[in-house]
Amino acid sequence: MTISSDRLVKAGAVTDTVADNPLPRRRRRGRGRNIVEVTLLTVVAAAMLFPVLWILETSIKENRDVYAVPAKFFDFKVTFAHYKDVFFASDGGASDVSRSFLNSILVAGGSTVLATLFGVPAAWAYSRFPLRAKKDQLFFILSTRFMPPVVIVIPVFLMYRELGLINTHIGLILVYAAFNVSFTIWMMKGFVDEVPAEYEEAAMLDGYTRLQAFRRFTLPLLVPGIAATAVFALIFSWNEFVFAIFLTTSQDVRTAPPAIAGLIGGTTVDWGLVAACAVVFAIPVLVFAFLVRKHLVAGVTLGAVRR
Amino acid sequence: MAGIEVTTLHKRYPDGTVAVDRVDLSIGDGELFVMLGPSGCGKTTTLRAIAGLERQTSGDIRIGSTLVNDLPPAERDIAMVFQFYALYPHLTTRDNLAFPLRAEKMPESQVRERVDEAARMMQLGPLLDRRPRRLSGGEQQRVALARALVRRPRAFLMDEPLTNLDAELRADMRTEIKHLQAQLGTTMVFVTHDQVEAMSLGHRIAILNKGRVEQIGTPLEVYDRPASLFCASFIGSPPMNLIDVEIADGALRGAGGLLLPPPPGLSRDRTLIAGVRPEALEVTEPGAEGAIPARVVSAEALGDEIIYVLDHGGARDVRVRTAPTVRYDLDAPVGLRHSGVMTPVYDASTEELVA
Ligand SMILES: Nc1ncnc2c1ncn2[C@@H]1O[C@H](COP(=O)(O)OP(=O)(O)O)[C@@H](O)[C@H]1O
Ligand SMILES: [Mg+2]
Repeated sequence: MTISSDRLVKAGAVTDTVADNPLPRRRRRGRGRNIVEVTLLTVVAAAMLFPVLWILETSIKENRDVYAVPAKFFDFKVTFAHYKDVFFASDGGASDVSRSFLNSILVAGGSTVLATLFGVPAAWAYSRFPLRAKKDQLFFILSTRFMPPVVIVIPVFLMYRELGLINTHIGLILVYAAFNVSFTIWMMKGFVDEVPAEYEEAAMLDGYTRLQAFRRFTLPLLVPGIAATAVFALIFSWNEFVFAIFLTTSQDVRTAPPAIAGLIGGTTVDWGLVAACAVVFAIPVLVFAFLVRKHLVAGVTLGAVRR
Repeated sequence: MAGIEVTTLHKRYPDGTVAVDRVDLSIGDGELFVMLGPSGCGKTTTLRAIAGLERQTSGDIRIGSTLVNDLPPAERDIAMVFQFYALYPHLTTRDNLAFPLRAEKMPESQVRERVDEAARMMQLGPLLDRRPRRLSGGEQQRVALARALVRRPRAFLMDEPLTNLDAELRADMRTEIKHLQAQLGTTMVFVTHDQVEAMSLGHRIAILNKGRVEQIGTPLEVYDRPASLFCASFIGSPPMNLIDVEIADGALRGAGGLLLPPPPGLSRDRTLIAGVRPEALEVTEPGAEGAIPARVVSAEALGDEIIYVLDHGGARDVRVRTAPTVRYDLDAPVGLRHSGVMTPVYDASTEELVA
């Protein structure tokens, strides 16, 4: 496992200094406790990470080794053939899965942008203005997330058929945006509440309109919150399966989750390819979350603004 | 520059709270006008209505001769300093100051001139390139003031701007604000819950209670003749002694036979309360001429004065302000007598000044 025991020990030491018991005694006892902690955490981490590691391994094993009994943990031949198959068809052109990745990027990105464009101003309005039955409105917005997707997918399917939105990118983008906008409003309202209204009011007295004041003062302060919210919206859209499989049939539009699932279910399953697809599928979200991790943390701790 | 007229201002929030209840204010051009009252009495709401940040339920607001009811804040040409200073966190002091000017699309050379001038007035030179996060509370306050004056607005509105500062700094800033206002001659409405601040700053003071104006007057008027029991108990530290009195033999007589000079024209048969300042009473040796017997309950030695709390048999103990040289022991029997001028008298049921 890659968890550094050194870091954990340091973390323990910090808790010790915070406690106001006499330091030396606490530290000795803390060290014994740390060994237990590290051991337990290692065991838990191993159990949690094992499937991930197994997928990684499977994706670089040859098919023979994938099916080997007893399973081979270390002594297998490394191959990147599966990763090539993820992107290229046997005739050398783009594979169906690679097209589905592009679809996923388009659909997840589009729906996130749309949800953010509508959700952030709405959250601002709900935070700043006295509105009639505000609580009820907010509850209604939240309630759109109560229904599990499988329950509403049939009505949505029927509507989409009438509107000609089956098998279109825009159809999926709209559904995901509708789901995400309620989430965005709720999450962003919390962030907007934390930004004192006085900034906007001062700007309004300085000669700006309310909207200009929002755009020039509040919005920059909301960037960490928007980043955090957008990552969650993106992850939802990226992972979504039920709508994707019902509302799309063509490989040209289908997103990655149903496309990857489609690989399983023939008479033989190319597990190496499935594993490689899964890894490729997971990477963008991980990378994205990593890039905005500072904003994620800032977003969570935004409440620390001194008033 | 302009005066501010507020006529029967009424503000009811959507949740039904009546924050401001038919308030009339007539603030003169160039006046430093203080609104004083306890927390929740509607000071902020009144100020925000003047600024245009809150729409009144009814009533009129005029700035200069303009009726501003329907004008957005930007067009009222006033500056406001908030209790929480509201400096833009992502801008340096310089840009914070330049901001209102750039909003007016003022040429950049003139912006620089004005910013430098304001920075000089508030002594912000070394702070110009810092962001608010790296300024102390007092420094942020000065920047906030500078930002208010850089635009040369028609009036300043200040909502408890000194509350977040420590005591010493607060006294300094008080002097500075007073000086600044005198220098600029700009109308200023200053809101506070601190009566010392109000007394030391205001040309006139409006005392608010539960959304209503209880009294408007100069600091001395407000101090000498509070218009209601509320004002009497709010102004002064310690505030007035409120002594139950009755009219007997042409004099006001309190518990234990304490005699107070009677104001003219009082009808009989009323339950009255006299408001007596602690400095209008005197602690004497027991049995001194005109003194009634009392007992020392406690004493606060403040250095330049001593506040004695005396029990004279009344419903409430009375506080007496004496010179620091007047020394009596705890529980000692002493004399108490009135030594000041005429006292204001209030009706116990209406709580209003009757004479
Ligand atoms: N936005 C609001 N909605 C409902 N009630 C409010 C609102 N703002 C203030 N109030 C209420 O109005 C009254 C006056 O408030 P405020 O003007 O802030 O008083 P002050 O500044 O004198 O402390 C208080 O009772 C307060 O709770
Ligand atoms: Mg207030």
